[in-house]
Amino acid sequence: MGTQTLPNDPFNIIITGVGGQGNVLASRVLANMLVRRGYDVTIGETFGASQRGGSVMSHIRVSTRGAWSPQIPKGKADMVVSLEPVEAIRVMKDYGNEEVRILVNDRPIYPVGVIAGELNYPALDEIAGALKDLSKHVWFIDATEEAIRLGNPILGNVIMIGAACGLGILPVGRAEFAEVMKESLAADKLEINLAAFDLGAAKPAAAA
Amino acid sequence: MSKLIDPREGVRVLLMGNEAIVRGALEAGVNVAAGYPGTPSSEIVQNLADVAGERNLYVEWSVNEKVAMEVAAAASFAKLRSLCAMKQNGVNVASDFLLHLTAAGTRGGMVLVTCDDPGALSSVNEGESRHFARMVEVPLLEPGDFQEAKDMTKWAFELSEEIRNLVVLRSVTRMSHASGNVTLGRLSDARPKAEFKYNGFILDPLEGPVVSAPVPYKHTLQQEKLKRVREIFEESPFNTYAGPEKPDLLVVTSSACTLYSREAIDVLGVKDRVGLFKLGTTWPLPPELLKKRLASTDQVLIVEEVIPFLEENVKILAAETAREIGVKTFFGKNDGTLPSIGELNPDLVAVAIAKILGIDHVAMPPEYEKKATLMSFAKAPNRELTFCPGCPHRASFWAIHHALLMDNRLGFVCGDIGCYSMAALPCGFSTLKTLHAMGSGTGVASGFGQLHRFGMEQPAMTVCGDSTFFASVMPALVNAIHHRAELTVVVLDNSGTAMTGFQPHPGLKVNAMGGDVPALDIARICAAMGAKVEVRDPFQIEETRETLIRLLDQKGVKVLIMRQMCALSPEKRAKKNYEVKVDEALCLGETCGCNRLCTRVFRCPALVWDKERKKARVDEVLCAGCGVCALICPAGAIRKEEVA
Repeated sequence: MGTQTLPNDPFNIIITGVGGQGNVLASRVLANMLVRRGYDVTIGETFGASQRGGSVMSHIRVSTRGAWSPQIPKGKADMVVSLEPVEAIRVMKDYGNEEVRILVNDRPIYPVGVIAGELNYPALDEIAGALKDLSKHVWFIDATEEAIRLGNPILGNVIMIGAACGLGILPVGRAEFAEVMKESLAADKLEINLAAFDLGAAKPAAAA
Repeated sequence: MSKLIDPREGVRVLLMGNEAIVRGALEAGVNVAAGYPGTPSSEIVQNLADVAGERNLYVEWSVNEKVAMEVAAAASFAKLRSLCAMKQNGVNVASDFLLHLTAAGTRGGMVLVTCDDPGALSSVNEGESRHFARMVEVPLLEPGDFQEAKDMTKWAFELSEEIRNLVVLRSVTRMSHASGNVTLGRLSDARPKAEFKYNGFILDPLEGPVVSAPVPYKHTLQQEKLKRVREIFEESPFNTYAGPEKPDLLVVTSSACTLYSREAIDVLGVKDRVGLFKLGTTWPLPPELLKKRLASTDQVLIVEEVIPFLEENVKILAAETAREIGVKTFFGKNDGTLPSIGELNPDLVAVAIAKILGIDHVAMPPEYEKKATLMSFAKAPNRELTFCPGCPHRASFWAIHHALLMDNRLGFVCGDIGCYSMAALPCGFSTLKTLHAMGSGTGVASGFGQLHRFGMEQPAMTVCGDSTFFASVMPALVNAIHHRAELTVVVLDNSGTAMTGFQPHPGLKVNAMGGDVPALDIARICAAMGAKVEVRDPFQIEETRETLIRLLDQKGVKVLIMRQMCALSPEKRAKKNYEVKVDEALCLGETCGCNRLCTRVFRCPALVWDKERKKARVDEVLCAGCGVCALICPAGAIRKEEVA
């Protein structure tokens, strides 16, 4: 797992989801993994709505050439990690292109407008169709379901980080993940997080 | 150990802009910090509070921004280094003191960090603070990346001591809440003793009394200091230039717009034609440096957020020196090359540069853009902001909304700043009808409460949070009581400054540093002022609503405190009081006649409508277990079971 160089410089990753899903934490973990390998990383975050049900996004810029804009330029995403299905479609409008790698957690979080019956939430196969129309590289991952099986739905984010690394185009992987986790987690939690990472890392190959 | 007190010099770490500012302050040897929470500034005081013990600091969440600046100023007068931090709206609150402070001068290094919010990402307006520096005649610094956020903060203390006046450091959301690599410097181990000297001659800046009089002398002195600042800024390493000697276009920029401009030049591939002149010292402008750069080109684009502050100042300088540097064509906000509202981004800057240079620039193939846009509108349903699952505000506004309906006099609610501002939206049943500054709900309602003499029959209500109550509601409440306004005040007491990350306030027994402090009781304060006071738990929806209906009918100023802790509070988070489930046998769905009250009207994100089964369902991952929805279901289909 892991390459030595960046496919593009800057390499642009978007982690998107819904407020409360742990978007910010996920972006910090991935960014810290990259910083450990000496990359210049810039993260831009939308946190205002982060606890209040809104769409949230973190933009991670990975480079060997210093700090870049905390907002990725239009159409320039290289990888989208979506913690919620329709959020992947939403980011494609501004940042998409045919080559972007899209990883999608398949567990929907319904907007209140959908709950109220004012808006429609598309079926998963419809979402998959739309994404495949927008990019050649789309993977759906049952991250929340797997995380619930592991005992805590929040591990879904670790599974998604594992899946991102499992694509084999990022210059980081399990070793960097373990290092970052060791710094921030109690020792008894490390094992379950590594298990979630491994589970995620195996997903893209299995889904392909 | 916090990474912000990592003693390893030269190590490169990933820091948020606000963390970089904190590290800079710690490297400068800051002693005292004070602020009032407000996005995007809150992490600054919070992070300093977290290391207060290890670094021997005094850090407080003051009752409001004006008091925060006063607290920080006292430390400066006693020769310590102090920092105060706030969002832009907070500078408005503090501005009365600000003008006095800068007219009188400071002693120990004192830095005001103001975090503006272009685009109003977490605000109800996008006002900005840079003009305060010009208005009160002090230096203004704006970091252009994360390393600078640290280095500039450290230097700001030194500059403040050199000129014996306040230095303003202005950040924006995309700097404060963005992150990047920062190389750590040495932490200060200075341990100065606090002493306030006041017996010197009245004009002695270090040993006399701290006053702004005599005004002609002190004001002249302040302007002389600014002249000195101009000279210092001429040599500042925070002002940089990258590009050809004689560019076709000179981009003048500062702050996060530096990163947008750099990116735009990179995306367009025009670094041989476009010069990037980045200013870190934006008031007063260094005239010689500006002249040199302006003389090198005929065309100038000024890139900044939000109002044309830099643009105007550059143009004044260009007008004054036109004979030396020649006539320039300026592009920016005034001529509409860049939008005059909202935040900028690399694409807006790229479009502007492309237009000026006459370059074809297509960021996204039009066909792809059309397809992606259509897809997004058709298949990505909008997520309106809403109260969190288990939020006491949903229950409170449910009670308020129904009390006003049952009162039947077209009553309304005046609001202000907090999570409860969202009660203007459907999630709060669109209950708020006015929304202004901190504490303004009570002030505006106090005014409405006098209009009965002009025939107004609608009862006025206001809501405020517990932190807001202390910050700015108290004077408005005094005003309402003293002037016999007819008014019902609801204090939404959720035990903390919830919106900004649960900072403590004077109603709590803990301070920013985790210390034990006396809690001030809102109910007793209101009663002592002369209001009728009642306290209810909004999760007891019926009782709360009935109390409110009764109070609406009474004369004078009535205060109802709705007390229930925020669902995200550290004490409550991830703890469910109830397991909540829908009994499918009892849920009548669309045939009930309730119009799907739970999912269509109550709108808790954890209540889901199952389209296939035509029944309501509880999402166990999202549900916070407050049990309120069980009280509103007319069929009794939502069952709650106490969690042991």
